[in-house]
Amino acid sequence: MTQRKLGRGVAVVGAGMSQFGTFPEKATRDLFVEAFREMRASVDKGLDPRDIEALFIGNYSSDLFEHQGHTAPIMADWVGLTPRPAVRIEDACASSGVALRQGIMAVASGLHDVVLVGGIEKMSNLPTAEVTDTLATAGDVLYEIPAGFTFPGFYGAIASAYMARYGATPEALMRVGIKNHENGALNSKAQFNISIGGIMQARQASAAKKGRPVPQWSDEMAFLQDDVYNPMIAWPLRLFDCSPITDGAAALLLVSEELAGSFSDTPIAIIGAGQASDRALPNRPDLTSLGAARHASQQAYQMAGVTPQDVKIAEVHDCFTVAEIVATEDLGFFEPGQGFVAAEEGLTARNGLRPVNTSGGLKAKGHPVGASGAAQVIEVWKQMRGEAGPRQVDRDVDIALTHNVGGTGQTCVVHIFERR
Amino acid sequence: MATESFTQADFTGWLAEHKLMGARCQSCGALYAEARPMCPDCFGDDMSWEPLSGQGKLAAYTVVYIPPTAMIEAGYGRDNPYVTGIVALDEGPSISGQIVGVDAKDTGQVAVGMPLQATFVTRGEGDARRTFLAFEPATEA
Repeated sequence: MTQRKLGRGVAVVGAGMSQFGTFPEKATRDLFVEAFREMRASVDKGLDPRDIEALFIGNYSSDLFEHQGHTAPIMADWVGLTPRPAVRIEDACASSGVALRQGIMAVASGLHDVVLVGGIEKMSNLPTAEVTDTLATAGDVLYEIPAGFTFPGFYGAIASAYMARYGATPEALMRVGIKNHENGALNSKAQFNISIGGIMQARQASAAKKGRPVPQWSDEMAFLQDDVYNPMIAWPLRLFDCSPITDGAAALLLVSEELAGSFSDTPIAIIGAGQASDRALPNRPDLTSLGAARHASQQAYQMAGVTPQDVKIAEVHDCFTVAEIVATEDLGFFEPGQGFVAAEEGLTARNGLRPVNTSGGLKAKGHPVGASGAAQVIEVWKQMRGEAGPRQVDRDVDIALTHNVGGTGQTCVVHIFERR
Repeated sequence: MATESFTQADFTGWLAEHKLMGARCQSCGALYAEARPMCPDCFGDDMSWEPLSGQGKLAAYTVVYIPPTAMIEAGYGRDNPYVTGIVALDEGPSISGQIVGVDAKDTGQVAVGMPLQATFVTRGEGDARRTFLAFEPATEA
């Protein structure tokens, strides 16, 4: 594969997100304004919004979730940016990771100097069965969905293949959830700003308040093995193996590297970018790895001239716990079949050998699908600038990576960042 | 050039006749358990339909407790889960299908690698009547 380079350097000089959660009273545009405000405030030397030349907005399915198509110009209008070009980008749950890539290409090409990359999704309007149907359209509606597959079902199937091949247990997957909730407990923007232990206490308090027998568990694992409090969704995946239904938005400001110094004292350069596509699950040679993630990360590592060992922290696409384990293998952090061992040994904990999803990940921070890719960059931005507050890692983060997956890996987009 | 039709309507038409058919590339020999009008392996245009045995092994599976609307309408739900999976057919390609003839609540009845055979499930009434591919445990040889 030819080694590709950007035509000119591109840097992130602003990053912000809305609160993640479920907000019946807020529409997508309201969430996007929240993200835009925080992004604007994050620009060290200030941003005149009139300097923004174009918008690239990742969104999976405002059509089905909100019955609203043609979403990008509305976002432009609500933050005062018409008549600038605004385009919506859809690649399922990788939509805003891909929007970032499109924004990078727009700046690297010289077409634009300053662009806004956004991600938006408002999922909570629909009842769960309709959310399930909507997410399932990211699979193959002709050949996969008639079999009764759901999104948790796809990843449950991946987990079954992984467990059969490598001997991993459902408890190894649960370790990912425990870890990501520990990180989410330190992230005030997270939908689940609470540890599994905290959730256990809340369940006990709720039972006591209702005059019911108070459930007792010996530890977090015992809680996660409880069929009542952590019900099966798609074997072997239970409720706390699944990312939630979330409303949220994210916004990033990209500029050409030569302009970065006029916006920020600490710009974050994008040094590697990769994206790949893949066939639906049945047509893949290996169900324990996402080929698109391997291709995309190889492209990004080559462009950046770094190795997996150089990456200090990563935000990876843990839409389900098993997905994080597979991601840490696809990205080269651990050998195939060793990702679950690493999770069990705590190597991906916030101050472990290779911190993964210090934000709480999609699991705890929340997964407004079209916003997740851009929101991953916000965590990297904060950690690299030493602005992650109580969850700031214990080492200098000069190089970081984001890994954003669409569907079951029909799309993967990877970016590598360096603090300048 | 292709003289036959290779649409999903053709594929589901075969299913309605209780036949599992694959599309084979006459140029490179690649076989797909899908209606493929061109070969994605060699870009060849000369495809032909070929009957598949329906015999295979379970490559991956799950038990769905929170079903999509179509499966809720078929009677499935939290108290009546179902198994679905990906089956590696003996001829090479894999395909998704519900796994029937097993107790979805007894995970000991289903395992990656178990031999399966195709069967056909018909659901719906009138215009909505449709035949779906499914798999069941292979009968003893």
